[in-house]
Amino acid sequence: MTEVKVRDARRTFDGRDVLTGAELDIADGEFVALLGASGSGKSTLLRAVAGLDRGATGEFTVPDRRAIVFQEHRLMPWSRVWRNVTLGLSGSDLRGRALRALTEVGLAARADAWPRTLSGGESQRVALARALVRTPELLLLDEPFGALDALTRIRAQALVAKLWADHRPAVLLVTHDVEEALRLADRALVLRDGRIAEEFVVDVPRPREVDHPRLLTLRRDLLRALGVKTSESEETS
Amino acid sequence: MSSSVLVRTDVASAPAVTGTGPERHRPPGPGWRQRVAPLRRLTGLVAVFLLWQVGASAGWLGSTTPSPAEVVNAAGELIGSGELQHHLGVSLARVAKGLAIGLAVGLVLGLAAGLLRLAEDVIDAPIQSLRMLPHLALVPVFIIWFGIGETSKIALIAIGPIFPLYLNVLHGIRGVDERLVESARSCGVTRLGLILRVILPGALPQILVGLRQALGIGWLSLVVAEQTATTAGVGFLMNDAREFLRTDVIFVVLVIYALLGLFTDLFVRLIERRALAWRRGFTGE
Repeated sequence: MTEVKVRDARRTFDGRDVLTGAELDIADGEFVALLGASGSGKSTLLRAVAGLDRGATGEFTVPDRRAIVFQEHRLMPWSRVWRNVTLGLSGSDLRGRALRALTEVGLAARADAWPRTLSGGESQRVALARALVRTPELLLLDEPFGALDALTRIRAQALVAKLWADHRPAVLLVTHDVEEALRLADRALVLRDGRIAEEFVVDVPRPREVDHPRLLTLRRDLLRALGVKTSESEETS
Repeated sequence: MSSSVLVRTDVASAPAVTGTGPERHRPPGPGWRQRVAPLRRLTGLVAVFLLWQVGASAGWLGSTTPSPAEVVNAAGELIGSGELQHHLGVSLARVAKGLAIGLAVGLVLGLAAGLLRLAEDVIDAPIQSLRMLPHLALVPVFIIWFGIGETSKIALIAIGPIFPLYLNVLHGIRGVDERLVESARSCGVTRLGLILRVILPGALPQILVGLRQALGIGWLSLVVAEQTATTAGVGFLMNDAREFLRTDVIFVVLVIYALLGLFTDLFVRLIERRALAWRRGFTGE
C-alpha cells in the first residue's frame, strides 16, 4: 500500500525553479532517505509533502496523521518539556501520554524541565517524542541530526532506527549525510535539478555494520550521484 | 560583593600563577548573594533619605524644605485624621478605573493589529498619529467633552496607557519566531491554541515592557488630572497644601507618588518573575 504519492511537484522561488516535477512514492512503513547537494530542494520537497509550503504545486497524496522533526528542535521555550510533547493534542491523560513518549526517548526524568536546560541532543529527542506521541503514519525528518555533534548524532540515529522498528511509520528523512542514509533507509533517493534523479535500494539486512561490503559500494555510488569525487571512485573509474 | 567575583576570575584566569593545586570555583547561585539582594536594593533608597535628612537639617535645601522627619510627622497627622486614607482611596479608584479602560483598549487594539493584517492596516495609522500627540494636552478638550467631573479625569488617565501597551503588544507579536509558529501548526494546534500557547507567551516579555510604561503613564496622568477642579484625591491634597504653604504636606504627597511608582514596579517584577521563569537573560554581573 502506498502511503505517500507525489506527482509533478513544482516550486519556484523568485524565478528560480527548485522543484521541476519531482515524483515520490513511499510505501507503508518504508524508510526513505532523500539526499541532494546543498540547495537542491530536499527540504523544499519535504515541506511540500508536509503541507507547510503553500507555494508548491502538484499532486500530493499524504496521510493526515503526520509529524515533523526539524533541524532545530523548535520547542516552545515557555512550555515545560511534557507540555511541548503534547502541544496541539487534546483529550485525557495528556501527561501520561507525554511521559510514555518521553520514556521511549529516554527523557522521562526531564518531563518538567524548561527546554533551555536541555542539551542539543536532548532537545532533538524531545522533538522526536513530540512527533511520536501523535502515532504518525508518516514521519518527516528534516535533517534532524544536522546540528548535533558526531557522537550524539550516532546515538540519535540508533534511537530513530529503534523507534521506526517499534512503530513502523513511513519515514521521509532529508539528509546530506550519506552514512546516515545508508544506516537507516530502505531506499536512498538523490534529488538533482529539481527532480528525483537516482534511486538506490539499500538491500542490506539490519542491524547494519558500517563496513558491510555492500554498503561501501552503495556509499561510493551515492557520493558519485551527489557529484562528490572520492579517492575510491577515482580508482575504479 | 564584587570582591568575590574578582577572586573567582583571578583563580580561573591565572591558575598557573597561584599554582595551589585544583581550582576552587565557588558555585554561583542561591547563596548569601541572593538573600542579600533585597537589602542591597534598599541601600539606594536609604541613601537618598539620609542625604535628604542631612541636606534639610544643614539648610542646603532652603529653609522651606521639610526634613524626612517632618514629612513623617505630617503624614502621621494626615493618617490620624483619616484624610490621607480618604484622598488616597479616591485617587486609587480613579487610577484603577482609568487603567482598566486604557489597558483593556491598548491590549485589544494591539492583539487585533498583531493577529489580523486587516486590523493592523486600519488601526495602526490613526494610533501612530494620535500617539505623537501629548495626551496631557487633551485636558481642555476633555473638559469640554466630558465636563469637569470624574469622567474627564478618568478619560485622561485612560487615554495615555493605550499607546505604549498597543505598541508593545503589536511588536511583541511581530517578534514571535515564525519557525515556532510553523512547528506548532505542524503539530495541529488550533487557531486559538496558537494564540494562547505560542503567540501570547512569545510576545509576553514585550507586553510586560508595555505594561510597565503604561502604568507609569497612568500615574503621571493622575497627577495632571487632579490639578484642576477636584475636591478629593492626593492631587487635591497637594494643591490645598500649596494654598496654605504646608510644604511638609506637599512632600508627603510627593513621597506617596514615589511609593506608588515603586510598588507598581515591584508588581510588574513579580509578574515577570512568575511568567518569564523560562527565560534566561543577561542579569548583570
